[in-house]
Amino acid sequence: MRADFVTREVLTGLRRNVTMTIAMVLTTAISLGLVGTGLLAVRTIDRTEQLYSDRFEVQVTLTADISETDLDCSQPICTDLRNTLERSPLVESVRFQSQQEAYEHFQELFAGQALADVARPQSLPATLRVRLADQQAGADAVRQAMDGQVGVRNVIDQREVVSKLFDMIGNFRDVTFALAVVQAIAALLLISNTVQVSAFTRRTEVGVMRLVGATRWYTQLPFLIEAVVTGVVGALIAVAGLLAGKYLFIDQLLSGIVANGVVPPVELADIVWVAPILVMIGGGIAAVTGYATLRMYVRL
Amino acid sequence: MIRLERVTKLYKTSTRPALDRVSMEVGKGEFVFLIGPSGSGKSTFLRLLLREDVPTKGSIYVSDMNVTKLPRRRVPKLRQRIGCVFQDFRLLPSKTVGENVAFALEVIGKSRNTVSKVVPEVLDLVGLTGKANRMPHELSGGEQQRVAIARAFVNRPQVLLADEPTGNLDPDTSQDIMLLLERINRTGTTVLMATHDHSIVDSMRRRVVELDLGLVVRDDARGVYGVGR
Repeated sequence: MRADFVTREVLTGLRRNVTMTIAMVLTTAISLGLVGTGLLAVRTIDRTEQLYSDRFEVQVTLTADISETDLDCSQPICTDLRNTLERSPLVESVRFQSQQEAYEHFQELFAGQALADVARPQSLPATLRVRLADQQAGADAVRQAMDGQVGVRNVIDQREVVSKLFDMIGNFRDVTFALAVVQAIAALLLISNTVQVSAFTRRTEVGVMRLVGATRWYTQLPFLIEAVVTGVVGALIAVAGLLAGKYLFIDQLLSGIVANGVVPPVELADIVWVAPILVMIGGGIAAVTGYATLRMYVRL
Repeated sequence: MIRLERVTKLYKTSTRPALDRVSMEVGKGEFVFLIGPSGSGKSTFLRLLLREDVPTKGSIYVSDMNVTKLPRRRVPKLRQRIGCVFQDFRLLPSKTVGENVAFALEVIGKSRNTVSKVVPEVLDLVGLTGKANRMPHELSGGEQQRVAIARAFVNRPQVLLADEPTGNLDPDTSQDIMLLLERINRTGTTVLMATHDHSIVDSMRRRVVELDLGLVVRDDARGVYGVGR
């Protein structure tokens, strides 16, 4: 196989269909850009889950009378509850937060706001704050064990509060993937079309190649490489787009909540992680489409 | 070199076979005219030899290859042993004369050294010395056909198929082309030429195989086109 020959053929082919090539590159780029965005969303979801999983607690709030009378969880009802929880293998640790501590925490959280002034220690329940060893099954187990027990007011799973955030990022991910699929179909058809046009404009060359006994590889490789080159260039533009998106929009958009630790930032490393995936998808899909097109539509 | 055994070719669109139980043999180094009116099966004959198509029945052998049973991936090997020249030259208009000839070697993976050595040689052989850098449209019809012959011959095929190579040329130029084909034949290359050109066939006095409605109706060792046909 002569590399210089194939290179020359590829360049001629790309130049000859320059408008088509550009359309193909752009469509591929948008499609892969969306795929990349989706992948970054998935990564963000994973990160966010990690970010929160350390802090997640299940709170078992105690009824008002227990909260007021048992200030350090030394009386039978509270200690029973505590022991039950601590015996469970799904539980890592249990911490008692008295009314007073809850009140202090509340003051910290809402410092300077009117709410802080209104609150009294008596209006806040004492809680058993449960850290889970098993994030998946733990919360349900605690709920089952505690619901309806004497002294228990209710069970709050903090993850339910954050689940809205996950839902939002998850929806965002689904929408980007759906758009990516639509764009990918357009890109596929364009690639297929371009390969056909390319093969048609070079039918004389291909005819001569066949006639003098060039192998199938030799006749097809220039077309395949052409498709792969556009796919890869599209992927690179997509990566450039993601970088631009990060620095121009996402960083500013998320700066507030990232600083507060609500969601993790989109890191440069994330895009570096996504880039080779996009390049492989771009090149791979282009190669497969090109090959299938040549097989089905083009007689070489 | 070429052997056909009761070769029949039926096209779906026609009830009459394009070739009807054709058997013949062409020895190494022979020069054979294939004549007959349009639709007599000449083109089908050449297409089958090149494995552009497969016969409905019968077997074809070119050198030691069974063309009919040749697996797809071996077809290029067959075509590398057969040079081809056409009435319409089929040169690549955007490439120079030299590049056109070199193309035939490049696409079968010959090295750059081989290409740069062999191309000028073959251009000399066909009488186009010094015209390697010309574009095809700058050449006369006869010269263009020489380029096509150079391209067909540059890989030293064992067989040269020529499908009405003089069909677009005036009588004098045709004569030159025939001299060139003869010269190539003298190197030991088997030449099989389909033609309508009476005067050429008559003047060359070579073997003549005549097809009519897909049947071989004549096979003369030193024939003429046929008076009154």
